[in-house]
Amino acid sequence: MNELLIKNGRIIDPANNVDAIGDILVCNGRIVQVGIVKDEAGTIIDAKDKLVVPGLIDMHVHLREPGDEEEETIASGSAAAVAGGFTSVVCMPNTEPAIDNEATVDFVYRQAAAVDLANVFPAGAITKNRAGKELAEMGQMVRGKVVAFTDDGNGVQNPVVMLKALQYAEMFGKPIMQHCQDDALAAGGCMNSGYQATVLGLPGMTRLAEELMLYRDLQLTRQTSTRLHVQHITTAGSTQIIRQAKQQGIRVTAEVAPHHLLLTDEACQDYDTNYKINPPLRSRSDVKALLEAVADGTIDCLASDHAPHLSSEKELEFLLAPCGIISLECALGLYVKALIEPSIIDWPRLIQLMTIGPAGILGLDKGTLAVGSAADITVIDPHHSWRVCVEKFRSKSRNCPYDGWQLSARAVLTVVGGKIKYQLSD
Amino acid sequence: MPYRDTEKIAQNPTDRGPEKKFTWRRKHLLNLRELSREELLHVLDTAEGFKEISRRSIKKAPALRGKVVVNLFFEDSTRTRNSFSLAASRLSADVLEFTAKSSSISKGETLRDTARNLEAMGIDIVVVRHNAGGAPHFLTKCIDACVVNAGDGYHEHPTQGLLDIFTIRELRGDLTGLKAAIVGDIAHSRVARSNIWGLHTLGAEVYLVGPPTLMPAAVKELPVKVCYDFDSIINDMDVVNMLRIQFERIGSQVMPSVREYSRLFGLTVDRMKRAKKDVIVMHPGPLNRGLEIESEVADGPNSAILRQVTNGLAVRMAVLFLVNQAATTLPSPQGETNP
Amino acid sequence: MQVILDSQAIATLLEKLADDIIKATPPDASLALVGIRSRGEIIAQRLQKIIQSRLNQPVDQGTLDITLYRDDLNQPRHHQPNVRTTEIDFDIDDRLIVLVDDVLNTGRSARAALDALIDYGRPIAIRLAVLVDRGQRELPISADYIGKVVEAPKNQRVNVYLNEVDNREEVVLE
Repeated sequence: MNELLIKNGRIIDPANNVDAIGDILVCNGRIVQVGIVKDEAGTIIDAKDKLVVPGLIDMHVHLREPGDEEEETIASGSAAAVAGGFTSVVCMPNTEPAIDNEATVDFVYRQAAAVDLANVFPAGAITKNRAGKELAEMGQMVRGKVVAFTDDGNGVQNPVVMLKALQYAEMFGKPIMQHCQDDALAAGGCMNSGYQATVLGLPGMTRLAEELMLYRDLQLTRQTSTRLHVQHITTAGSTQIIRQAKQQGIRVTAEVAPHHLLLTDEACQDYDTNYKINPPLRSRSDVKALLEAVADGTIDCLASDHAPHLSSEKELEFLLAPCGIISLECALGLYVKALIEPSIIDWPRLIQLMTIGPAGILGLDKGTLAVGSAADITVIDPHHSWRVCVEKFRSKSRNCPYDGWQLSARAVLTVVGGKIKYQLSD
Repeated sequence: MPYRDTEKIAQNPTDRGPEKKFTWRRKHLLNLRELSREELLHVLDTAEGFKEISRRSIKKAPALRGKVVVNLFFEDSTRTRNSFSLAASRLSADVLEFTAKSSSISKGETLRDTARNLEAMGIDIVVVRHNAGGAPHFLTKCIDACVVNAGDGYHEHPTQGLLDIFTIRELRGDLTGLKAAIVGDIAHSRVARSNIWGLHTLGAEVYLVGPPTLMPAAVKELPVKVCYDFDSIINDMDVVNMLRIQFERIGSQVMPSVREYSRLFGLTVDRMKRAKKDVIVMHPGPLNRGLEIESEVADGPNSAILRQVTNGLAVRMAVLFLVNQAATTLPSPQGETNP
Repeated sequence: MQVILDSQAIATLLEKLADDIIKATPPDASLALVGIRSRGEIIAQRLQKIIQSRLNQPVDQGTLDITLYRDDLNQPRHHQPNVRTTEIDFDIDDRLIVLVDDVLNTGRSARAALDALIDYGRPIAIRLAVLVDRGQRELPISADYIGKVVEAPKNQRVNVYLNEVDNREEVVLE
C-alpha cells in the first residue's frame, strides 16, 4: 500500500469550502480521506502549525524547452516549481520552435513525464510561430491536450486575427490568453513611461499600450463564447477596465505577477537589468490598484511569469538586455509579503488565487482536495522566516531581483500524484 | 603603491592658498543630475585654469602624463571624439581610439568584454559614447578605470551641459535668475537633459520649447517651464540653446515637415529681432543651417557657438583631470567634508 | 609658533630683493617678474612696484599656477590641489624672467615652475627670487636672490602670511 498521511495541519481547500484542522490520507496517488484519520500506516508527515492546501498552480511560466535549454529546461523548471510549492505549471509557447503544433505539445508532456516532478501543462500558440498572422492548428493541439492558447511574449496585434482566434476557439472550450501590448504604442519602450524613464533617458512603454488592447479584446470577446484570460496586468486603468467588463458580464479572467505587486519603476534607477521586465514595473498608484483588485475579486489568480535568462544575456546595457525575471522558488513568499502581511487578503483567499482560481480558468481537474482527486498537495509553513538565496536556486538561471529578501512563509512539502517531490531540509 | 608622506606635500606653500579648498571625489562623470552646486562650480573653476593652455605655444601640460585615456565610441561622432582626444593629448595622456558599430549584438563582443579587455591592457580613463542610456553606468560596474560619459542614448551628455553653462557663465557671470530656453526635440535629447539639470542647479530658469509631440512624457515633473509658442517668450530669454533636429530620427508621425518646424521653432533673423539685444545664441552642433537656425544668426554677433567649441576643450580637460584626481585621492580619514 | 620676520622686516627684505634684482639685470635686458601661486604672485606684485619706482619704467608681471606640473599629482594622498588660472599676458620669448616665490624648500615647486614656464616659450634666462630659503632641498635647485636664509628643524614649517590675503603680515615658524 502506498500510503501518505499528512496530520494535524490547517487544511485550506477553497474549492470545497474547507478551512479546518485535520488530516489527509493519500493512497495510490489519490486522496482517500480528509478529516480525522486514525490509520497510522505508511509515511506520516506532521503538519502541526502548517497549512495543508491543494497543490499550488502557476499558470504562467517559461520553461524555455525546446530551444533555449541553457536558460532552463522542463527538468530544471519543474525542480524549481516543486521547490516553490507548485505541483502544476502552465508553460508558455514562446520556445524555439514555438509550441504551435501537436508534435511539440506532445514533446513537452513527454519531457515532463520523464522528469516526473511537477505536472506541466503546455499552452499552445494562437498563431503560427506566434507571428500574429495565421491561426495555429488549435484543433490538433487540443487533441494533444493543450490547456489554453496564447502568443505570450507578444500580444496578437491585428484585431481581425484576434477576433477569428476567439471565434475559432469556441469549438474547443479552451481560454484564449492575451499578453496585452500594442507594439506600435509601446514604441520600443524598455520600461514604464514616466518620470523615471524621462530622467534615465530610456524609451518608455505607455500604459495605453496595455489598456487599449485590453479594452479592444474585451469588446471582441463579447462577440464569441470564448473566455478571455488577461495575463500579467500592470496598470490601475486595466483593473478598472476589467472590473467594469465583469460587471457587464463579459467572460474575462485576469492574473497578476508578484513583481507588479511589490516593485515600481523606481527600481530601475540603477539601470539594473534585474528590473527589466515586460510588461514593465509601473508606479506606486498602479501597485495600490492591483492590490485592491486582488482583494475585491477583479483579479482571479496569481501567476509568476517565471522567465529565465542567462547572466550573459542580462549583463548588458539596459536597453539591450532581454526582459524577464525568475521567481518560482520564492513566489509564494512574495505573495505573502505583498498580500498577507499587510492584511489585504487572508490565507483562504490567497490559496484560492493559487489553486481553484487557475484550475477553474483552465478547466483542469486540479486545485482541490476533494476525496478521489489526484493527490497534489502543498504543505506551507506560514511562519517560516527565510532569506532568498538565488545562488541556491534549482532553476538554471539567476536573473532574480529578490536575492537577499527576507520572506516569512515557505512551502515545506510538495506532493505530486501522491509522491513527495520536494521536502524542505533545514 | 607607497603612500607618500602628506607632511611633505603640505610643506609646499602653494597648497596653503587662502581660497576655498574643494576635493573632487567623483571617479566617474556619468550625469549632471547628481552634481551639487559646489561640484558644478568646481568643474567650471577648474576649466578656467585649463583655458589658457590652448593659447600657449606649447599647448600641453603634463598633468596626465603616463595615463591612458580610451575613447570608446559606439556611436558616430567626430566632434565630441576629437574634442576628448585633444583634451587628453593636451594633458599629455596617451589616447586610444576605439570605434564599434554597436556593442552587444549577439555576433559581436559585449560591452562588458570590450571594456574588460581594454582594462587588461592597463587604462586609466574610459570616455564612452553609446546609444543605450545607462551604458556608462553599466561600465562602472565592469571595470575599475574612471568612466566619463560622452553621451548615452538620450540620458545625458554631461560635458556638453558643462561647456554650455561654462559659456553662459563666461558671458554673463552668475546664472541665478537667468532665463534659458532649450529648443527642439527635447524628448530624445541628452544635451537638453544635462542642460536642464546643470542650469537648474545653478539657479537659472529653464524653458523648454518645441511641439508637444517632442516633449518627454513626464516633462511636467521636471523643474522647467514648457512652451509651445517660441514667439511668446523669445523677448524674455537671456540664453537660447537650439538643438539639432534630425528628421530621419523623428519621422513625420510627430512633426509634419521640415518647413513646419522651421516656421514654428527655427531661430530666424526675424525672431532674433524680437529677442534681447545681448541674448546668447548657442547650439551643440553640428548645425542644420536653415532648419533650426538661420545662417546669419549662427554666424551673427550673438552667437556663442564657436566659443562653445573652445570651451568644450577646456571643460573636457578639466573633467579628465578631476576624475583622475579622484581616483588617486585617498578617502578622508574622518569622513567626507568640503568647506 | 615663532615669528621670524615681522612686517617691518619683510618690507626691508623686499627692498633688498628688488635692489639685488636690479643690480644683476643688464640695462638692455627685458626684465619680467612671474610670481608662483599662491603668495609668490603677491610678492611679485610688490617687487614690481618697487622696481618700477626705482627704474622709472614699467615692468611686466605675471602669475603662474603650477598645479598641473606638480610631480605628485598621481601619488595617492589625502589632499587634492585645485587648479587655478595662470595669467601671463606678455610674450616670454627672449625675456629675462625672474620667478618669484615666498619660500624655497624642497625645490619641487621651482622645478614645476621651470617646466611650466618653458612650455610657455623660450626666455633668455630664468632666475629665481625667494623671500625665505629654508633649505631641506630634494632637488638640485638654488635661488639667485634670497631675502633671508632660515635654519629650521625638519618637522617645522616656515609659513608666510601677507596682508592682501591673510590679514596679517609676518613669517613664522610653526
